[in-house]
Amino acid sequence: MLSTTASNLYWMSRYLERAENLARMLEVSYSLSLMPQDDHGNGLDELAMPLIITGTLDEYLEQHGEMHAERMLNFFGLDANNPASIYCCLQAARTNAHAVRGRITADMWENINASWLEVRDIAQQGIARYGISHFCEWVKERSHLFRGATFGTIMRGEAYRFIRLGTFIERADNTLRLLDARYELLGEDIDEIEGRSARSYYQWTALLRALSSFEAFAEIYRGSPGARKVSELLLLRTEVPRSLRSCTEELYSMLTSLPGDNGRPAQRLAAELEARLRYTTIDEVLDEGLHTWLNDLILLIRELGQAIHSSYLEVA
Amino acid sequence: MTHTFYDEMYLANGECRSHYREFTRWLADTPSDLLAQRRREADLLFHRAGITFTLYGDDQGTERLIPFDIIPRSIPASEWRIVERGCIQRVQALNLFLTDIYHDQRILKAGIIPPEQVLANEGYQLAMQGLDLHRNIYSHISGVDLVRDGDGSYYVLEDNLRTPSGVSYMLEDRKMMMRLFPELFAAQRVAPINHYPDMLLDTLKSSSPMENPTVVVLTPGRFNSAYFEHAFLAREMGVELVQGADLFVRDDKVYMRTTAGAKPVDVIYRRLDDAFLDPLAFNPDSMLGVPGLLASYRSGNVVLANAVGTGVADDKSIYPYVDEMIRFYLAEEPILKNVPTWQCRKPKDLSHVLANLPDLVVKETQGSGGYGMLVGPASTKAQIEEFRARLIARPEAYIAQPTLSLSTCPTFVENGIAPRHIDLRPFVLSGRETRLVPGGLTRVALREGSLVVNSSQGGGTKDTWIVGD
Repeated sequence: MLSTTASNLYWMSRYLERAENLARMLEVSYSLSLMPQDDHGNGLDELAMPLIITGTLDEYLEQHGEMHAERMLNFFGLDANNPASIYCCLQAARTNAHAVRGRITADMWENINASWLEVRDIAQQGIARYGISHFCEWVKERSHLFRGATFGTIMRGEAYRFIRLGTFIERADNTLRLLDARYELLGEDIDEIEGRSARSYYQWTALLRALSSFEAFAEIYRGSPGARKVSELLLLRTEVPRSLRSCTEELYSMLTSLPGDNGRPAQRLAAELEARLRYTTIDEVLDEGLHTWLNDLILLIRELGQAIHSSYLEVA
Repeated sequence: MTHTFYDEMYLANGECRSHYREFTRWLADTPSDLLAQRRREADLLFHRAGITFTLYGDDQGTERLIPFDIIPRSIPASEWRIVERGCIQRVQALNLFLTDIYHDQRILKAGIIPPEQVLANEGYQLAMQGLDLHRNIYSHISGVDLVRDGDGSYYVLEDNLRTPSGVSYMLEDRKMMMRLFPELFAAQRVAPINHYPDMLLDTLKSSSPMENPTVVVLTPGRFNSAYFEHAFLAREMGVELVQGADLFVRDDKVYMRTTAGAKPVDVIYRRLDDAFLDPLAFNPDSMLGVPGLLASYRSGNVVLANAVGTGVADDKSIYPYVDEMIRFYLAEEPILKNVPTWQCRKPKDLSHVLANLPDLVVKETQGSGGYGMLVGPASTKAQIEEFRARLIARPEAYIAQPTLSLSTCPTFVENGIAPRHIDLRPFVLSGRETRLVPGGLTRVALREGSLVVNSSQGGGTKDTWIVGD
């Protein structure tokens, strides 16, 4: 496969996964911002969370001056001038798909193209008129549809593998960042009063819901969520498809099945990462300090992404 | 309506032609709201599928839909057989002509075409002189533009031997019709065309002496007006769609950059003009081409389809000689007629043209896409005078033809169904043999009275049916 083709496929799925993750992030924050706030006031702090996680708060403040609920939501969701907005991610995904429309199936192309056409209409209306939850649901649904069309129609060859690689690199990064952000907000001591604080309950369940893991958590742990159990589920267990371990397993298996020798560095990194997660316990993670550990992993995932780039996507 | 136009569906007395009877019966039986709904559905499907073209000169680079009309253009099989033979004959002669002018130049020595017309032509590539091509084929894919005059006889308007486009619309239009109105295809046998990509791949493979050559489609990129088609054909053939940057030349051999390293390329179906192919040999500013490609081509290590230098044969100043070519190379009489053409470089022709501008169509010899032409009867006095000045300044750059009364076909317009002018572009493939799928692209001028069918000028398309008669 052409390196540029692989690169377009990889980024197409990365951007689409990112759009979905941003929508998930937005959904949690929006629903939490509607909760009665203890000493924080009007929920603006919570609405700022997605901007903090994506590192776009400064840019927002520069453009808009003050925290304003609707403007923040629009900036994050539909601003064509904010390259990190959901709108721009969908645009970038579509642009990449357009460049390789000959290599993806008609079902996939039509799907991603229709999403792009529709988000332009939504942007015209503005996010408040369309409805925040409605919009988040819509983005997720489009992503689900695309994944389904991909899964159901594309040949299981290199194209499929690079699409999967893009998805799971992006997803791994997202799970790590979301967990880190919630953890920072709640702090380590939350585990001591396990579940007794309403605030911690809503924070952790919102995170689990954002990662579609709430039901799984309830079934596996049958108890109130706290830092330890939530981290174990989202980092080390394979049952939920958005956990770090699920992502690295997939990355490892996709990379080892790619032909050729020039991918050795990426394959080795993926194998190391996979082994590390397989043989680590949550106690070891917490001993190291969750925040430190998460940031270490964010860097490793980034390194793996770079290795994929230099091994496959930029080959001379 | 006036009866000087040949209508594809109706006889002059208003009676329906026999090969359209089945269709008109269906049209009469189908409620108009259902038709309207299906037409909207077609628009939506084309839009969603992104079957678009990009308009040049439009700052936004917007992707536009080519309007699709659901009333097919239908041709009886007996008539088609003549068109088919005529196209094959013509393309064979043109390939023989190209072989000749890049080798022995017999036709020039025989005094049939003035040598300066060929050798000083912009499209004539010195680099091609003496180079032997496999099977002596220069134009592997040719588009022959046909129109019908008032009496219904077919005329060749021009030959397209560089990078003719439009075949994807031919295929997508058929797909759309079968999707929207399957009952029509059950009622009537329409000759299938869907195997075109398969025939194209076979043609491209047979252009190389190798056993199983690696074929790629070379596109200028997604901002090209025909990018949709490039991607479509690559996908249908199952070959790589590459841009210049994906290819490189090492030791006179062409390779593509892949995830598993460099891979050799044997046949390039290029949808890039000669001037952009190789910055070392042609336009040094081209970012679209591949440095060293021409050297590799000249060493015989890679096949380009179409060959470099075919432009000389579809130039409008060479067009008037195609009849002679057919007689000279094939010793046959032309099956399809040429439109009578005045060559403005000849003083006698020029004075005739200048005296009759309001009745004539004047075209640039190098132009295409309906740009830079004058349609006398449809132009204002001021437009005509402006063109007259251009003509006097550079007569050799223009030819003129009588305004043909292009045939019409009933077409959906804003207020119901009305006749609109159409043309036909069949696609001729030259490899082991010269052949074409039964049909072509029918373009329709949607503006009332307009004779310009180019999509860049607001033209639409119709499905083209070859039906039993």
